[in-house]
Amino acid sequence: MSVAADRRRVALRSFARGYLSHRAGVAGLVVLAVAVLVAVLAPMLVPAAMLSVVDAGGPVLAPPGRGGLLGTDENGRSVLALTLVGTRVSLVVGIAATLLSVLFGSLVGMLAAHFGRIVSAILMVITDFFLVLPSLVLAIVLSTVLDRGLVTIVLAIGVTSWASTARLVRAQTLAVEARPYIERAAVLGGGHAHILGKHVLPAVAPLVLANTTLTVGSAIIAESTLSFLGLGDPGSISWGAMLRSAVESGAITAGAWWYLLPPGLAIVAVVLGFTLCGRALEVQLNPALAAKA
Amino acid sequence: MTDLAPTANPVDLVAPERGGRSGWVFAALTVLRGLLSLVLIVVLGFFLFRVLPGDPVRAMTRDRPGDPASLARLRAEFGLDRPLWEQFVDHIGDLLHGDLGTSYQFKQPVTDLILGRLGPTVLLTGTALVLAVGIGLWAGSRAAWRHGSTFDRLMTSTALVLWSVPTFWLGLIVLLVFAVGLDLFPTAGMTSPGGVPGFAGVLDVAHHLVLPCLTMVAVVYAQYLMVMRSSLLEEMSADYLTTARAKGLRDNVVRRRHAIPNALLPTITIIFLNVGMVVAGAVTVETVFSWPGLGLLTYQALAVPDLPLLQGTLITLSAAVVIMNVIADLLYRLVDPRVRTA
Repeated sequence: MSVAADRRRVALRSFARGYLSHRAGVAGLVVLAVAVLVAVLAPMLVPAAMLSVVDAGGPVLAPPGRGGLLGTDENGRSVLALTLVGTRVSLVVGIAATLLSVLFGSLVGMLAAHFGRIVSAILMVITDFFLVLPSLVLAIVLSTVLDRGLVTIVLAIGVTSWASTARLVRAQTLAVEARPYIERAAVLGGGHAHILGKHVLPAVAPLVLANTTLTVGSAIIAESTLSFLGLGDPGSISWGAMLRSAVESGAITAGAWWYLLPPGLAIVAVVLGFTLCGRALEVQLNPALAAKA
Repeated sequence: MTDLAPTANPVDLVAPERGGRSGWVFAALTVLRGLLSLVLIVVLGFFLFRVLPGDPVRAMTRDRPGDPASLARLRAEFGLDRPLWEQFVDHIGDLLHGDLGTSYQFKQPVTDLILGRLGPTVLLTGTALVLAVGIGLWAGSRAAWRHGSTFDRLMTSTALVLWSVPTFWLGLIVLLVFAVGLDLFPTAGMTSPGGVPGFAGVLDVAHHLVLPCLTMVAVVYAQYLMVMRSSLLEEMSADYLTTARAKGLRDNVVRRRHAIPNALLPTITIIFLNVGMVVAGAVTVETVFSWPGLGLLTYQALAVPDLPLLQGTLITLSAAVVIMNVIADLLYRLVDPRVRTA
């Protein structure tokens, strides 16, 4: 095994040890592990008949006890079953939108830092523009204009949330490119692609990872908000869509707390899980923060 | 949506460029950048509604497919059958006259609708913003000063949890508990049906304002708390604080007179930069509480979809945010001499 691989393994092990000593980070990791497990196993835990509006057959809007463990919705479906199944859409959309946003943001950030004044100026004007825009309003417009569906939601969230990543990556790239080893690589004949791919990317990646984890949380909140506003995929069950049907079926005036609490608490738990993980990663990668956390 | 993670250092993201330019040049450039953003908003607004797949007419008739003839008639009515550049020039001309088109559902000029809803939104977001900034800065500076104390830990974890709560859901729960369960506040609207005259009317609006405002403050203040906290922590190791203490100043005076003014600077920028987040909050909070402002108007527009109206609210809300940011940039330079002279 090469020296570099050895060194990386040691670094990784010490990183893992450091992360595991961060209690909140471990708690976040556990929450996320449970959420992923639920998302994967949902089809096995919840038979399709329980989700059908016609076949569910429970009492309508019944409280826990009479209506099963967590009560039922306006169609007699189990709120517990719906919440479990909703995990899938929230996680998938949240992660997909984040990937889109982070990939695009990193690309723009690296290009803006690497290439000279004109490219940089144009890219940064666009980035600042998107950074300032009220992204929810823009996402609303995008999902209204495009056809309804999960792809649209992913696009709408991705397109409106990349700017802060671009800013972060640009700053980091500028810092990395000021170092002598980049100059050395350029002198030895490394092209733009080589320098960005082999030298800048590995140096920027850890920070991007921490940022990604934090972004997933925002993306999940955005997804639930858009679904709540009725811009989600009408064919799939998500936490935001559940809350929308809860409001539409008069769960608030009926005092049907069992219909409102589970999906909301699920969102909070998953988002908090991502936030805690992201903060723990950040502290690990940036020891200066540790003193403050 | 909420772009800044609680731990993100505000200075990294927003530190204005420090150059030796004179104040006027800087101000002119800032205003120019703002104007450029406004132009971009208009262009974006125009093309979003016309170029993307599914032109406005298709989106309007999504649920009730019409025959080709009536579709063509609708297209002609909205001028969609003409070349794109012609439509764009017309659109710019109309905008300069303050004409944002006519709403499909209200059959009224969009400009009038927006102006009519401006007041309630300013009332709600303004009140919420002032309260959130006040509470956030106070709690944040206290948490940083007593760094590691129970107060600090309590505040930080509350902020983290609130940051993870979707605004609309918090609104629903608040509604469920305080308006339906305890029956302390009205469930919807800004005034009681029929209206109340005089001073009692003001109290009536205030009564309606409590719950939506509470929801917005809860979601927004957490961000200010975290920014203020990390910004003050940054200052706390500075030498000038040791000097101030060595002079024999009381702890309280050191904090109020020396540390906080310096820590406030990045926070001011964040407050303005986050106006976009407050706007997002307004959309969901107003929807949940049926508060008759621009946010609810946006929701009413997307539900139809009423595209001229949606375009109008997009332009208005975005322009408001851009203007706030220009003000923030100018203000930052005014209050921070280091930026001016550096």
